[in-house]
Amino acid sequence: MKKKILVIGAGSDVAQALSRLRAERGHILWLTARSQEALQPLLADLKVRYQVEALGFVYDAELHSAEDLMAQLPGIPDEVHVAMGYLGNPDRLDDPKDAARILKVNFSAAVLLMNAVMHAMIEKQVKGVLVGISSVAGERGRKSNFLYGAAKAGFSTYLDGLRNAGFSHGIHVMTVKPGFIRSKMTAGLPLPGPLTASPQQVASAIIKGMKKGRGTVYVLPVWSLIMLLIRNIPDVVFKRLNL
Amino acid sequence: MGTPMSALTKISNWGNYPRIEADVRPWPLQTESPQIARGMGRCYGDSALSTHIVDTRSLNHFLDFDAESGLLTVEAGLTFDEILQVCVPRGWFLPVTPGTRFVTAGGALASDVHGKNHHAEGSFSDHVRWFDLLTASGEICRCSRTENTELFYLTLGGMGLTGIIKALAFYLKPIETAYIRQHTLRCENLDETMAGLEAYGHWTNSVAWLDCMAGGRAFGRSILMLGESAKQSELTQAQSLNPLKVHSTKGIPFPIDMPSFTLNRFTVQAFNQVYFHKHPKGSRDSVVHYEPFYYPLDKVLGWNRIYGKRGFTQYQLVIPHADARKGLQEVLELLAKRKMSSFLTVLKIFGEQSENYLRFPKAGFTLTLDFGISASLWPFLNELDGVVERYGGRLYLTKDVRMNPDFFRRTYPMAQEFMEKIKALDPTGKFQSLQSQRLGIHA
Ligand SMILES: Cc1cc2nc3c(=O)[nH]c(=O)nc-3n(C[C@H](O)[C@H](O)[C@H](O)COP(=O)(O)OP(=O)(O)OC[C@H]3O[C@@H](n4cnc5c(N)ncnc54)[C@H](O)[C@@H]3O)c2cc1C
Ligand SMILES: NC(=O)c1ccc[n+]([C@@H]2O[C@H](COP(=O)([O-])OP(=O)(O)OC[C@H]3O[C@@H](n4cnc5c(N)ncnc54)[C@H](OP(=O)(O)O)[C@@H]3O)[C@@H](O)[C@H]2O)c1
Repeated sequence: MKKKILVIGAGSDVAQALSRLRAERGHILWLTARSQEALQPLLADLKVRYQVEALGFVYDAELHSAEDLMAQLPGIPDEVHVAMGYLGNPDRLDDPKDAARILKVNFSAAVLLMNAVMHAMIEKQVKGVLVGISSVAGERGRKSNFLYGAAKAGFSTYLDGLRNAGFSHGIHVMTVKPGFIRSKMTAGLPLPGPLTASPQQVASAIIKGMKKGRGTVYVLPVWSLIMLLIRNIPDVVFKRLNL
Repeated sequence: MGTPMSALTKISNWGNYPRIEADVRPWPLQTESPQIARGMGRCYGDSALSTHIVDTRSLNHFLDFDAESGLLTVEAGLTFDEILQVCVPRGWFLPVTPGTRFVTAGGALASDVHGKNHHAEGSFSDHVRWFDLLTASGEICRCSRTENTELFYLTLGGMGLTGIIKALAFYLKPIETAYIRQHTLRCENLDETMAGLEAYGHWTNSVAWLDCMAGGRAFGRSILMLGESAKQSELTQAQSLNPLKVHSTKGIPFPIDMPSFTLNRFTVQAFNQVYFHKHPKGSRDSVVHYEPFYYPLDKVLGWNRIYGKRGFTQYQLVIPHADARKGLQEVLELLAKRKMSSFLTVLKIFGEQSENYLRFPKAGFTLTLDFGISASLWPFLNELDGVVERYGGRLYLTKDVRMNPDFFRRTYPMAQEFMEKIKALDPTGKFQSLQSQRLGIHA
């Protein structure tokens, strides 16, 4: 059966890899990006490569509400992927605008979107799948990105609860916690090779996770071990570390 | 995460020489400093290197395909590999392809690449209908044979010096099958090799693999390979089960950097002998998939490591028909005299030249040699330059890593005009490469 798949932040490298894998299967793609100009090549690409139906919607977390977006959609999607994310200026305490943006894109807007979709799915009895891309950065705050980390922690906690709420309605919610990904977000940063996944690896892990009905997916297994260790470092030590 | 956004990357192109530290950023432009576009880095030398590099590989979207005319529109960072995966099953093939499919469409345009079919079908730019170029002024210009014509011919083969090609439209050619009807013959010396390439000029594809180490009566012997896109009726039963089969996307990774001494005169000679004698005397016909025909080297990923850490370069020259026989003989003799060896030596025939400002191909023969980097290489190549110039030839920029500016100006007849036009288009030198600096295009 052809599914209608909504991808939020479709220009993200991970989302592009994911959209291609879904389109390869013949599914219908509904993409969102921040401008019509950004949508155009994404849509054209899926149509030429896979000869599938693809529609685009302009959505900017800072300008539009979840309801704005839902009103544009031609129906209720069967599958939703929230890939939008914003790393922001790492360690600056003097930039409230950027801080608000980090919280909005990674947390509040993402949550409000998921809420709206879940509500619509329950109402129309769609037994769909919701996938949220969070991050291992949410597992313990570090001085280099505690705003981003906090927003992702909130998002992960929200997804835990939503999974619980969706269960009785046959709706599955999956949390993705990638470690480092080689993407636009990390361009120019020195990343440790063995701990860094490609967007294609993340996309494949998401599809595999959905198939298996997993709750939480770490993309590279080593990251669940690393985070276990990091979570267990006593605070007296942790606060002195340069992470 | 949390490190300042300007880590330097160690980077080199296919020849692994030179290897520099550069600030590599994905498209779109993120700096005002002098910079150069880089696609798959399959040029051999310093063409796609600069202290600031724009990595175009995120421009990897198909934009349109017209199945009536075969006109394909893509973003410039899309690779030939991906284009083949999508287009071959629909019965279309690249109009021109270099000996590797790991190049971007933008890189193919900027180098104006040629294939084994130059004498019959021209170079890549002959099939380009239009492209969109981001120029130094920050505008995106649509260029074609009727719109911004000058910029069009400056950019085809222009080595990225006019700006960043963002998207392009070019014509694919229809194929009935993904297979090639191949005719292979052994040529016992240079005369036979050259006569063969000329006599079989009516074949769309031709290339001679030359044993540059053979001397005496076998001097210039080669294996000549000809190919024509196969028809359905020419396939074997097994092949016709999937006549439009795509190449395999799996490759064998080349394990390690070989120690630099592995490729020497003796091992190269041994390899060449074995390869030559693997082919029986006379000729042979077969029907083969396009992958081994066009891309025999792509099977081994990272084969460039065979030259070890010192790296290598290719020296590709063209000599016009008139004195080609004498010129090629002199080049090969100089090789033997100076005890230099080239692992892969390829001879092809070129058709007419284009109107591009920096056109490399012209009617004649083109010889490609490769050499490991060593101190003795540079004076030797300077000597070869002398021969090339005496016979009215020139060298291919996308393989070059050491040509000197005077030689460049003397052998590229429109070099001066190119430089003046570039200066007018881009007075501050926003787009420059190590190569353009070396060639005196930029001070
Ligand atoms: C195994 C092998 C076989 C080859 N065989 C052939 C052959 O048979 N015939 C042939 O002609 N060539 C051949 N080549 C050379 C190769 O085809 C060219 O160097 C080609 O340009 C490489 O494409 P790329 O995407 O890697 O470009 P790069 O190497 O990244 O760049 C090459 C040049 O193009 C410019 N450029 C790249 N993208 C853009 C853009 N978007 N906008 C503006 N400028 C751009 C760069 O600035 C640079 O000057 C071969 C190379 C290899 C490794
Ligand atoms: N890269 C990593 O190392 C890493 C690690 C762990 C988790 N993640 C998470 O993985 C997901 C995918 O990221 P990626 O690595 O693929 O990075 P990316 O390419 O930078 O993708 C980020 C996406 O978020 C979108 N976005 C940013 N601000 C937005 C806004 N205000 N409104 C709507 N969309 C907005 C971007 O849109 P534009 O395309 O228009 O900019 C882009 O599509 C993100 O959630 C990220 O947090 C990444």
